[in-house]
Amino acid sequence: MKRDLLLFACFLLFIMSAPQFFAGGYLMNVLVFVGINTMLAIALNLLLGYAGQISLGHAGFFGMGAYLSGIMTTTYSLNPWIAMPVAAVVVGCLAGLIGLPILKLKGHYLAMATLGLGIILFIVFNETVDLTGGPSGLSGIPNIEFAGIVFDSDVKNYYLIWGVTLVVMLFSLNLASSRIGRALRAVHDSEVAAQVLGVNARILKVQIFALSAVISSLAGSLYAHTMTFISPASFGFNFSIELLTMVVIGGLGSIYGSFLGAALLTLLPEFLRGANDYDIIIYGALLMVMVMYMPGGLVRGFPDLFRKIFKKKAESGHA
Amino acid sequence: MQFDQILQYTLSGLSTGAIYALIGIGFSIIYNATGIINFAQGEFVMLGGLLTLSCLELLQLPLWAAIPCSVAVATVVGVLFERLAIRPLRQPTPINLVIITIGGSILIRGLAMLVWGKDTHAIPPFSGDDPIAIGGATILPQHLWILAITLIIIVVNKIYFYHTISGKAMRACSYNRRAAGLVGIDVKRMVLFSFIISSAMGAIAGIIVAPLTMTAYDVGVMLGLKGFCAAIIGGMSSGISTVVGGLILGVLESLGAGLISSGYKDAIAFIILLLLLFIRPQGLFGKADSERV
Repeated sequence: MKRDLLLFACFLLFIMSAPQFFAGGYLMNVLVFVGINTMLAIALNLLLGYAGQISLGHAGFFGMGAYLSGIMTTTYSLNPWIAMPVAAVVVGCLAGLIGLPILKLKGHYLAMATLGLGIILFIVFNETVDLTGGPSGLSGIPNIEFAGIVFDSDVKNYYLIWGVTLVVMLFSLNLASSRIGRALRAVHDSEVAAQVLGVNARILKVQIFALSAVISSLAGSLYAHTMTFISPASFGFNFSIELLTMVVIGGLGSIYGSFLGAALLTLLPEFLRGANDYDIIIYGALLMVMVMYMPGGLVRGFPDLFRKIFKKKAESGHA
Repeated sequence: MQFDQILQYTLSGLSTGAIYALIGIGFSIIYNATGIINFAQGEFVMLGGLLTLSCLELLQLPLWAAIPCSVAVATVVGVLFERLAIRPLRQPTPINLVIITIGGSILIRGLAMLVWGKDTHAIPPFSGDDPIAIGGATILPQHLWILAITLIIIVVNKIYFYHTISGKAMRACSYNRRAAGLVGIDVKRMVLFSFIISSAMGAIAGIIVAPLTMTAYDVGVMLGLKGFCAAIIGGMSSGISTVVGGLILGVLESLGAGLISSGYKDAIAFIILLLLLFIRPQGLFGKADSERV
């Protein structure tokens, strides 16, 4: 427990000191996105890594959060502080309602159903032009204001987004090591065994699905208020896949892994500027290579690799 | 709404439905032999269309030669995919398989984008484009080609699965893989066969639909998903019920696009997919089978 707290404190220090080095640069803007993506990756990881339930439609929940927040603050000129929780509650309720039938499905079928859900939401964002502005997007979304400070610069947004992300992280770390976290892992390993031991797997799965959707919605709202412009292109199937890649690369069932995956996949395109459109090839290859050779993700894969090399050396030393 | 219009939508829906049926059967064949839903299925459809384009334009082959060539190349890609991605997988859990086939599909799509670029390409119709009048509606010769080729493939498929040794062995795998292995069937080879057949079928579907709808590196996603929807309606059967599923989907989509709203055309398939998965995951015609769920 103490070690966990120490690790989190180190991470907090690391995150909070980052602007000292990057402030003013373009990278600051990218780091804001790392924060948003970390939140999303953690949300998906709670579902996929802990409960073992796949979702290929999380970009849809992310988009719903963004659009609900965006529409409430522009068309109905509500305060973002009201719009964000309302959006989160609406998305959570919707996810719970859909989760009831959808989470009865397993494996491939669940993947297809959530994928379908994501695509339906994407089509709705595109087609309800009166509400969302359609393919040309929704602009003029106000920045968040708190105690007289308007969060309108990259540095300010960095602290805002990462503040929330760190809270989400701490909450998820706690959740993962709590009774609920253990129950989730039990469901992951064997639903029948978990149920025999008194875990209500069906309700638990729906709850974690809804929670995951709420976090995604929150990330969406924050995205809308920092970008001030949203369009459906950011919430399509490809983004769901990108989130999946982040979680798998970082490591299923590791909260810090989600940060690692999100950071890597958000920063990677910035370093591969020339290969602008081709980053999708790299995602595909990364997904395949990770699943084949490092199923535990970077967080567990590297220590394992070291151990293997070390072991081999020790063995050859004996011989 | 006039009868003529409904007839028109139904006729064009039937030919898209036939395409969905072919793709759906491809899904079912792999699923039955391996228990895998191959998310890369749609990419073979895309490959079929684009490879034919290259054979026609770059190699200057006549159409009758271009089609088998591109089917062969797409099949080789399918074999490579099975050999390099599916077979070496150390932990073939459903989630890992989903992730790896998605990875493969993105990779194939990305490579296609490198080779053919992002433009939409047209392929000339097989036999001209003079419309044929049927009642008050008109159809293109290509529609007839699609229906005829689909019919031929379904018949060949049926003969293969019921009247050849390897077809029967594959059916045995779909009933029980372990039992099939115990009676001496090489299950791994059957898995490879299933990938060969379904990638070839996907490629053919892609070739025959390309003259109607044009083709591009990213057509595989939607076509693949709708093919999957057809397979779900048919209860993952590799026979006639998936064909019916595809036709139902094609006609509903075409009527929905024509009579309700074309913007929501793609949503129709997914709403049907979700409803079916919620209510009748065993398919429209299947008996309740809790294993599938």
